[in-house]
Order: sequence, then structure tokens, then C-alpha cells
Amino acid sequence: MFLPWEPARLHREIHLEKTKWLVKGVVRGIGNYGNAFGIPVLGGEVFFDECYNTNPLVNAMSVGIVKQGENISAIACGDGNPVFIVGSSTGKDGIHGAAFASKDLTKSSGDDLPAVQVGDPFMEKLLLEASLEVGKSGALIGMQDMGAAGITCSTSEMSAKGNSGMDVWLDKVPTRQEGMKDWEILLSESQERMLVVVKKGREEEIKRIFEKWDLNCVQIGIVTTPEEGKEGMLRYFYQGELAGEIPAKSLVLGGGAPVYTREFKEPAAFKESKKFSIESVDEPQDLKSVAKYLLGRPNIASKKWVIEQYDSMVGTVNMTTNRPSDAGIVNIKGTDKAIAVTVDCNSRYVNADPEAGCAIAVAEAARNIVCSGGEPSAITNCLNFGNPYNPEVYWQFVGAIKGMSKACLKFKTPVTGGNVSFYNQSNVSGSDVPVFPTPTIGMIGIIEDKNRIMTMDFKQKGDLIFLVGPVKNDINSSEYLASFHKIRVSPAPLFNLEEEFTIQQTIKALIKKQLINAAHDCSDGGLFVTLAEMAIPSSLGFDITSPKGLSKERIISNESFGKEGQVRMDAFLFGESQSRIVVAVSPEKEEEFLEFISPLTDAPVSFLGHVTKGEFRIDSESFGFVEEMENIFDNALENYLK
Amino acid sequence: MKFGVIIFPGSNCDEDMIYVLESKMQQKVERLWHKERDLKNCDFIILPGGFSYGDYLRSGAIARFSPIMEKVMEHAAKGGFVFGVCNGFQILCEAGLLPGALLHNSNQKFICKNVYLRAQTNQSLLTANIDLNKPLKIPIAHGEGRFYAGENLLKELNSNNQILFRYCGEDGKISEEANPNGSLENIAGICNSGKNIFGMMPHPERAADAELGNTDGRILFESIVGLVNA
Repeated sequence: MFLPWEPARLHREIHLEKTKWLVKGVVRGIGNYGNAFGIPVLGGEVFFDECYNTNPLVNAMSVGIVKQGENISAIACGDGNPVFIVGSSTGKDGIHGAAFASKDLTKSSGDDLPAVQVGDPFMEKLLLEASLEVGKSGALIGMQDMGAAGITCSTSEMSAKGNSGMDVWLDKVPTRQEGMKDWEILLSESQERMLVVVKKGREEEIKRIFEKWDLNCVQIGIVTTPEEGKEGMLRYFYQGELAGEIPAKSLVLGGGAPVYTREFKEPAAFKESKKFSIESVDEPQDLKSVAKYLLGRPNIASKKWVIEQYDSMVGTVNMTTNRPSDAGIVNIKGTDKAIAVTVDCNSRYVNADPEAGCAIAVAEAARNIVCSGGEPSAITNCLNFGNPYNPEVYWQFVGAIKGMSKACLKFKTPVTGGNVSFYNQSNVSGSDVPVFPTPTIGMIGIIEDKNRIMTMDFKQKGDLIFLVGPVKNDINSSEYLASFHKIRVSPAPLFNLEEEFTIQQTIKALIKKQLINAAHDCSDGGLFVTLAEMAIPSSLGFDITSPKGLSKERIISNESFGKEGQVRMDAFLFGESQSRIVVAVSPEKEEEFLEFISPLTDAPVSFLGHVTKGEFRIDSESFGFVEEMENIFDNALENYLK
Repeated sequence: MKFGVIIFPGSNCDEDMIYVLESKMQQKVERLWHKERDLKNCDFIILPGGFSYGDYLRSGAIARFSPIMEKVMEHAAKGGFVFGVCNGFQILCEAGLLPGALLHNSNQKFICKNVYLRAQTNQSLLTANIDLNKPLKIPIAHGEGRFYAGENLLKELNSNNQILFRYCGEDGKISEEANPNGSLENIAGICNSGKNIFGMMPHPERAADAELGNTDGRILFESIVGLVNA
């Protein structure tokens, strides 16, 4: 979920109130639907920036488990097979819904109410149960949900896939209101509906199942087979008349649907941003206040206020409720396996450098899966961008795809599907301002052995804390730079894909060999926030030493900490340079751990310090106690929203 | 003992309950469809959590008219065991099988989190084996779970030992801070005066599988099937 937070200065009061209203509404909306539906919410992220002031983004990823051989195809084939519409009746809501979503939002957008679909989670729940039952019946040819462009889309996509045509009688479609026109029925995006193609002769079985769940199940057409050498035609009839006719393939991707190549241009600001140097930023004297300030930033603080409004435990599969990990983990009951799931995108990085930023989004997703004990498996995405006719926006799009592609090849994670949303921009003082390019990455991974799940919280006082990954003098695009120093233009954080991959391989090996008892990656807010997030769940503390205070013999492998004074303290604590993972090692495993890491030449590992009873200490200075930090971290978001 | 779990349209904790009873407690379970009028000789009827009929109108207000509820009423009237969790508790209150009402949480939000409870009496099948001083970590997940009862009823519930659970802190202290939803006297679960009908808002079935890292809810099921004493 990406929401506005920092308002444009002139509209501060208005936007802040509006933002609160948006946040509360979005969370309530997701909760009202998802909670009733009975699918646990495992994780997610919330990001605030002024670029989302009038155009908040909400991306959702749903992960399911299909038994091999029980998958249902979205296909229509077999001459004369009946086509059913099931689920809710069709109303006038959501007509041109997808078109609305692809328009620039203006002041009058609020008038387009019928373009917004009205959801009914109860119906969806019934449809879900009935669909699962129908899927098991063996009477199905294919099934597809009604998404954008309603019946038009599902009839054409299913037919094109099966090289078929379809005759559809629109007046048979159950409607919510009288007098709906043929084109309204075709384009309605009313939710909770499916198009189902059934094996001829088995109609009654299907009808019985939907009747059990008190859902509509009405035959609205039949599958047709084109003559040899001809295309499958969609023919829509209304009151006995042919109301529309079009070749099915002409509407689908890879068929007749147009493919556009747009002009793109590197924005002047991109080169300009590269000129940024850490030297231009004064290092604050009081790093303790910076640390507390960051813990309480809406982008960093705990998202407890949001998460507790979602049912995260229904289904009794969420393995992270009582044992937090970097990824959400789903138990696959009755097996040794579990699934790790994560959603990631720091859109500030992507805005700074689309190619690097999007590669970082994929890398961070993979890092979260790896830190939880999983092997990255595949990704999906939701690509949110501004107006593609704007060459600079399109340049962002091109760069993001390049970065995603490179990273996915490296992590061997195929892109199984996705979603693109353009025209996300707001009109600010007469000019269009696009949102940050926001290619949200959803990744799943497999955990082969449930007993090797890695958690992120410190386990006990006395455990050793190590940093796996390089320490760099980098504060680029960090929350620290953007919010504390109010510097919005800088390059993406330092990132090297090969280095990232090596670090992740090291973590995988450490987990497999059971040498660590906690792992958590450094992301928004940098190392300090990572340590705080590891300490807070078990009310423990830490005592660490910075590069400055390090003597040579404590540096374990290669030059990770660089030369004396090379890394600034603020960069060490709050910088967001990539490919860093903090791990904890119990004293019993120390020797074995050191033995394992000392021959590693390409993965820098540094000793940071120890887990303590409750104080946060850095270079022998107290930064505060865990209770105080927890209070800031846990309650900041709720306090902002009051 | 044979368990029957009722499936209303919109129930979503039915399979979780069945999983615990079958796989973790090795019990025989029947799925009872709300349109049926037969309890299939089950001894112990469970109304699971969820959003029966979408919880439209008011949680549980429509489900109590489901055909199977006639049989549940008869079963209860004969002293048969009935247990409602979350939405099931709401339905039992709406049906008049349990006293009191469940109102919107005091913060007007849906709340899903681990909370702590303490059993208040051993004089019920559900709590027979529970250490009254031990705080149990069991999650809640509801928007309407604020238990309410009139003054006289509240007195009666207290004096008859009908209050099964109260919300408490991790330390076991029953306090206002430990009350997640504004329930009167921190009440999290109750039973009828006949002690054969039970209702609670927290979900013990979500805290009964070691793979999820919390088995505090198992003791309730053990009490029911008498495993602890066996």
C-alpha cells in the first residue's frame, strides 16, 4: 500500500487530514473484505510520500496452493459446450472501471462514481467455496473471473485460448436492475462473477453446486468452433438480434490487441542527481535523536495499527504470528514444506534510478525470502507508473523493466504474471506530477524443511551479532536523507547484483548449517532500525561497536569496514546501502560460525557486538532502553493518525 | 464423543476447527450444513467463527434462523453440548442460547492479535482442566466482541460461575489495559446456567498446533475430550 504522507507544503493541513482519512478508509476497506473472505493477511508494506497525495496506490497479492492436476484452466473449447455465468447479478457498477483507473485523476473524478465497483465479500466467499467445489467435480472445461471489461474480457480471453468462438445471449444474464442496455451488460465490472464453460451433458451437476451455495448459475451461451481456416467469432445477441460480433483473438494480447512502442527520454534531473555527494550533508552531532526520530517515522515505525485490523491468523497457516520472520510464512499442512511470501518496493529508490531501484526491489524480496529460510521461487508484480505518453515516465518504465529482468535472471525467479497501472499522477498547481515509479514486487519462495525456518528476533542475552555484507559510506535515497535532511534528490543506494547474490548464498548456507539463530536484512532506516527490530520482539538490547571503534583483529574477513574514518557514523547507522544482513549467533556456535566464514573471500562478515538485556548501546554510549524504543516504534503510526 | 461442526454460508474458521479436532485431537468430526435438519448423532456441536451471512444486519442475527439451528436448540434443551467460538458465540447470543450480547469493539475497529485469558472456573467441561492462575495466550479476531450484560444478569453470571474466561495481561493480571475490546469485567467467554452451552470470542483452535508456535488453546480441547484425566 502506498499512500500520501508528506504533504505539499502549501496544502499541509488539508492533505494531512485527507491522508488520515485515506489511510483509515483503505485499511478498513481491505479489512472488511479480506476478513470476511477468510484469507489471512501475512504481510505487506506501507509507504508514505507526497507524490501519492491525490493518487494513493493499493496493491494486493494473493497466493494460493493448487494440487498438481487440480488446476482449472481459463479456456473455452468444445463445440456446443454450454457457457454459464455464476455468482452475483450484473449491475451498472464498474462500467468503464478499468478505463477510469487509466485516466488522469482530476477534480471531477469524484463524479465518476458508477465506474467504481461495489464489492460484496460475502458473495465472494460463497463464490470461492462453490468454485472450489465445481473445480473438483470434473465437469469443467474452464473458468475465469470477471475482471476489467467484464463479460467482454472473459468471453474473448477464454475463447482465444481455446481457438474457439462463442455465442452469448446477453438478455439471459441475471441483472440487478431492469433496463440495462446490451453494452452495459457487456462492460459491467460488477464483482463476484465467473464465466464457466461446462462439459455438455453435465450441466445439472454444476447447477446443483451453485444452488447449494444460493448463487446464480445461468447458461448464457455456447462455445462455437470456427470453420477450417477461419477465426473464432464472439457473437453477442440481445433480444434475438445480433448486437455485436468480433473475432475473439482480436481483443487479446498476442492476438489483435495493439502493442505500443512509446518514445522515452532520460530526464535531466537524473544526471543532476548523480552529482549528489555525502560530503554536502553535515553529519548531525546528536545521532541518538536521529535514531529515535527515524524509529517514529511513518515509513519506518511498526505497522501494527494496520496489521491488527486484518485477520492474519484465519486458516491456521500463518507461521510468523508467534515467530516473526523477514517474509510471511504459510504452513502447508501435512508436509515438511512451507511457502515464504513477501511484497517489496522502495519507490524512492526507483524514482532515483529506475533500473537499479527496480533491481533492488527484486533483490530485497529475494533477501527477505532467504532470511526466512526459503529459496526464491517466482515473482509477480504490479507496475504503477504515471502517464506513458510522457517520455520521461516511459523512460522510468523501460528502466524498471530492465532492472527487474536482470535481477530475476540472477535469482532464477520467473515472472509468472503481473499487472500494469499507468496514469497514476496528480494535478498539482496546474501541472501533472507522476507518482514515484512503483513496481511492486511480490515474491514467493519455498521452504523445504519447516524446521529450518529462520526468524528475525534476538533470542537471548549474550548471543553474538554479526553483519554479513559490506559497510559503505552511503546515505543515498535513505529515509534518513529524505526525511531528516529533507534532501529528495540523490542516486539510489549503492547496489551490486553479484555482491547481493553472494551475500544471499552465504545466508542460505548459514541457515542450512544451523549456525545462526536470527537473521534480518537492513532496509528502510538502515542498520540501527534493523537492530531495533531484532531487539524489540523479545525485549532485548544490543551493544555494538562502529567501524571507528574497531581494532583490526576484530575485523573477520576482508576489508568490510574499510579504512579508519572511511565510513561516516550516520552512514553506518542510517545509510541504506544494499546487501546487508544482520545475524545472531549463540556462543556455542561461535567457533563453528567463525570457521565457516573465515575462508569466505567474497562475502564480508563483520563482528558487531552482543545481544544484551535491554539497553541499546553503540560505541559504549547508551541510545536508550528497549521499552522506550518499543514505545516509539509501536505507537508512532497510531499517534500520527489520531 | 462425536463432534459436529456447523457450516453456515460465510463461516471461515470451520476447517480450522475441524483440522484441530481431527488431526491434533484424533476426534471424529461431522460437517453439518446449515440447510440440513439433522445433527447426525453428534454429541458436541460447534458453531465456528467467520462471517455467517456476511454478518449483515448484525453479527449472527441471520444465522440463528438457519434450519439447522432448530436442531441445535433441541439438542441444547436436552442438555447436549454446544460451543460457539467468535461468530459462533455471537450466533448463540442472538439465538438466546447464551445470555448477554456482543457489541462493536470499543475502538470501533476489527482487532486481530494474540491476547491472554485466564479461566475463571473449573466447573465446566470446557475449563475443567485449566489452571486458573495460568494466563493462556489465545488470539482474538473480531469487530463485535465487546461482551455486554445488564447489571442483574452480570451478578447472576458471577454468582453461578458462568464466566469462563476473562482477558488478562501476560502476567495474568485482569486489568483495563488487558481488555482488548471493552468487554464488561474483561469477560471473554461464558456458559449458560445449565453449563452445557459455551461461548467465547478468542479462538482456541488458532492456538493448538505446535507448527504455529503456540499450543495454549489445546488445554480446552483436552478438557473437552477428557484427555488430561485419561
